[in-house]
Amino acid sequence: MELTLWTYEGPPHVGAMRIASSMEEVHYVLHAPQGDTYADLLFTMIERRKKRPPVTYTTFQARDLGGDTAELVKRNIREAFDRFQPKALLVGESCTAELIQDQPGSLATTMGLDVPIINLELPAYSKKENWGASETFYQLVRGLLINQSKENIQHDPSSWQKEGRKPRVNLLGPSLLGFRCRDDIIEIKKILNEYEIEINLIAPLDATPSDLLKIPKADLNICLYPEIAETTCSWIERNFGIPFTKTVPIGIGATKDFLDEVHHLLEKENKNQIKINSRLPWYSQSVDSNYLTGKRVFIFGDGTHAIAAARIAKEELGFEVVGIGTFSREMARKVRSVAKELGLEALITNDYLEVEKAIKESSPELVLGTQMERHSAKRLGIPCAVISTPIHVQDVPARYSPQMGWEGANVIFDTWVHPLMMGLEEHLIGMFRHDFEFTDGHQSHLGHLSRNEEKNSENTDNHLQTSSQENQELLIWTQEGKAELAKIPYFVREKVRKNTEKYARQAGCRQIDSETLYDAKVHYKDK
Amino acid sequence: MSGATLLKETGPREVFCGLTSIVWLHRRMPDAFFLVVGSRTCAHLIQSAAGVMIFAEPRFGTAILEERDLAGLADAHDELERVVQNLLKRRPEIRTLFLVGSCPSEVIKLDLSRVAEKLNIALQGSVRVVNYSGSGIETTFTQGEDGALKALVPLMPESQEEQLLLVGTLANAVEDRLITLFNRLGINNVKSFPPRNSIDLPAIGSKTKVLLTQPYLTDTARELNARGAEIIEAPFPLGVEGSSLWMEAAANAFNVKDILLDEILEPLILRAKAAIKPYREKLSGKKIFLLPESQLEIPLTRFLRNECGMIPIEVGTPYLNKEIMKAELDLLPSDIRIVEGQHVENQLDRVREQKPDLVVCGMGLANPLEAEGISTKWSIELVFSPIHGIDQAADLAELFARPLYRHDLLNNKQLSYA
Ligand code: SF4
Ligand code: SF4
Repeated sequence: MELTLWTYEGPPHVGAMRIASSMEEVHYVLHAPQGDTYADLLFTMIERRKKRPPVTYTTFQARDLGGDTAELVKRNIREAFDRFQPKALLVGESCTAELIQDQPGSLATTMGLDVPIINLELPAYSKKENWGASETFYQLVRGLLINQSKENIQHDPSSWQKEGRKPRVNLLGPSLLGFRCRDDIIEIKKILNEYEIEINLIAPLDATPSDLLKIPKADLNICLYPEIAETTCSWIERNFGIPFTKTVPIGIGATKDFLDEVHHLLEKENKNQIKINSRLPWYSQSVDSNYLTGKRVFIFGDGTHAIAAARIAKEELGFEVVGIGTFSREMARKVRSVAKELGLEALITNDYLEVEKAIKESSPELVLGTQMERHSAKRLGIPCAVISTPIHVQDVPARYSPQMGWEGANVIFDTWVHPLMMGLEEHLIGMFRHDFEFTDGHQSHLGHLSRNEEKNSENTDNHLQTSSQENQELLIWTQEGKAELAKIPYFVREKVRKNTEKYARQAGCRQIDSETLYDAKVHYKDK
Repeated sequence: MSGATLLKETGPREVFCGLTSIVWLHRRMPDAFFLVVGSRTCAHLIQSAAGVMIFAEPRFGTAILEERDLAGLADAHDELERVVQNLLKRRPEIRTLFLVGSCPSEVIKLDLSRVAEKLNIALQGSVRVVNYSGSGIETTFTQGEDGALKALVPLMPESQEEQLLLVGTLANAVEDRLITLFNRLGINNVKSFPPRNSIDLPAIGSKTKVLLTQPYLTDTARELNARGAEIIEAPFPLGVEGSSLWMEAAANAFNVKDILLDEILEPLILRAKAAIKPYREKLSGKKIFLLPESQLEIPLTRFLRNECGMIPIEVGTPYLNKEIMKAELDLLPSDIRIVEGQHVENQLDRVREQKPDLVVCGMGLANPLEAEGISTKWSIELVFSPIHGIDQAADLAELFARPLYRHDLLNNKQLSYA
């Protein structure tokens, strides 16, 4: 039993819903009690979907448990089939139904329905949402293609040349409630098009079951979101010989590598140099970005986006990555190895308080995380950009804002750098606050941040008296010392405070005044 | 009882479970913690219903069952005790701990009352532990509050003092206002349940007169009655009509003179009616369809029909307690179509057929209906907004008029042709 105040991922059947809702002509009968219908709002509210998820919940009640719940399941399957006429029917159960063991999937197969039935067994007490999505996509693809695969088609990656046509690829993995999938596929389509590569199909987003039957027609699978599509891609590789890409094209370097990998796997010569069609490299190089260099950044998210963010931060923006982690156990190994290269230890956890603690301890100047880190960062007064699911409604913007490809790199530059600039402007405004032109309330562009800052300075006080309790008896901040500390930009203030206290203890001072602050500064500069 | 057309429907439902009540209960009692014993689904439900997570550490959480808990039951009870002890160590400000049962905990027959009992002995009164069910197989949405309050009744001290007890969570400001009005009527001893602090439980006895503020407190009312309290029969305090009858019922129970009652209420009623008028103009003659969710559907229909002139096409309700709803049903004519239970697909078919001007529904259904051109009002907003009492009647009307104004604004043909 695990105490959970908040969870990064929902249960696995929500992952199954993501696949079903992403597609057309698929229906999902879910053996579940009525409260589980809350999951519909994730799609209709966060994604602003105009359609209800294609899900029929059996909504059994306690009084049904004594009787024939299997009959109830069958009635719901029959009704859903008649009403929605799906071309593929997913049947599964949520946590509660798993315990009563009606085996809805097996029941469905005995009903003589003229539709492929995918029996989903998603262990609710050990697995989570992304795993559920991945497994569902895999079971669906496998269920639809299993008969084809027997023929054991020999795959020739260069057959497109022999047949005198353009190479064809599948884009696999984009789904609802993913991060910016809708826009990523537009961007990737556009880029591949520039290299004369055709899209065979995109799935699961907007695909139909009959589209999935065309999967083997492709020369290559592009695994855009490994969390969702890797299992499926490797099954296709084993059964149809179709290889798949391992590079996720987020960031300049990764997009280049991705294009190289695609060409290599297609045995396609790339006549022209890869043209970097993004402003990120120059923006990053321009003198205005001087102040970005060496910024301390903390990264937390799903595996794919966290890993991509680390590379961009380090190689493309010149940041220092001071922490990295993921909530995804499935991606833990990959994130650990990235962390190791950065000389860090990866944080693998589903506990947001642990993440918050890690953020605090590494005192970053920018947090890249999920919607939860946005809240944590706000509480800590640190700028933040969202790079990964779980998301809020405002993380599904109206404008075109991919993460992948060249345009994705532009979007990332803007969304990461803006919160930092805001922070810097806040600081400048703070510095000039006492000039007569400035009156309070001038900081209109980031109202909440400025208010936060005020709160923070109160916090500084509180901190001095309470939080560092172990030194409380030893160290006293004089009024003057406090005033000096308050002049330091809020995003480094905490770090300076800690260093100064550490220095004071080493130096045996009991009182900290402005001189102690300057002494400490010199002390740490020398090191 | 009126002859309203009462129909029953079964089938797939689209209704929250009782766990959802935690979203407002934890705000009402800041010294209480709600610990759901359930699955990741339960945790996900509450955080999705609560929406934005602004607290560093919320006062609710889920002890998520894992495979090994399902294997051996004795262990699960011990595990739960361990989780609780850890939690309490970290959150010393907690005074009352609610162990909330869920579908999984009930299906595996985890005995939360036994765990609560053991913990109460171990904690020696420093924290009080109670339990109730918020499971989706037993309860819907607002019924969770009924369960939570019922669990507190045995802890209420005994008192033979004459008092008026308001039962059901209200917004604090609204509650203060209602108490002021009762004081003006000369009813000075007014208490609330749930209290604003879980440890300040009101006393109860045979001279307690209970006035329900919410229509979903069937079990709580029964328990209070069993402790000797008298339940005042009244409609619910929504709208001018309901709120004044509600106050009148209390006044009668306390033998307040009619003249005084009129003197106090009359000006409020006049003012509220004038305030409703512009909204009534918008709402009058418009068709409304209420999907089942909060149990507020019947009192709301009474308000929207009798005071705002709306035409109710269908009133869904998750379940119907005729006894508690009697005073409400009496105020409605016999041709109102009330449907208990739900078959969500068939019901949505009827919505599309009838083309109502406004549909009251859950958040899962709102955008899809809006996309079909049907204006909606989220039922969950009604449990969060201060809507009770005469003075709030116009605000209540405004909540329903707003989607219609919005609809006109965004579909203003004249604008595009101008
Ligand atoms: S319906 Fe049952 S399983 Fe689902 S969230 Fe509610 S209590 Fe948990
Ligand atoms: S700022 Fe945005 S993300 Fe943060 S709490 Fe408010 S709405 Fe949610």
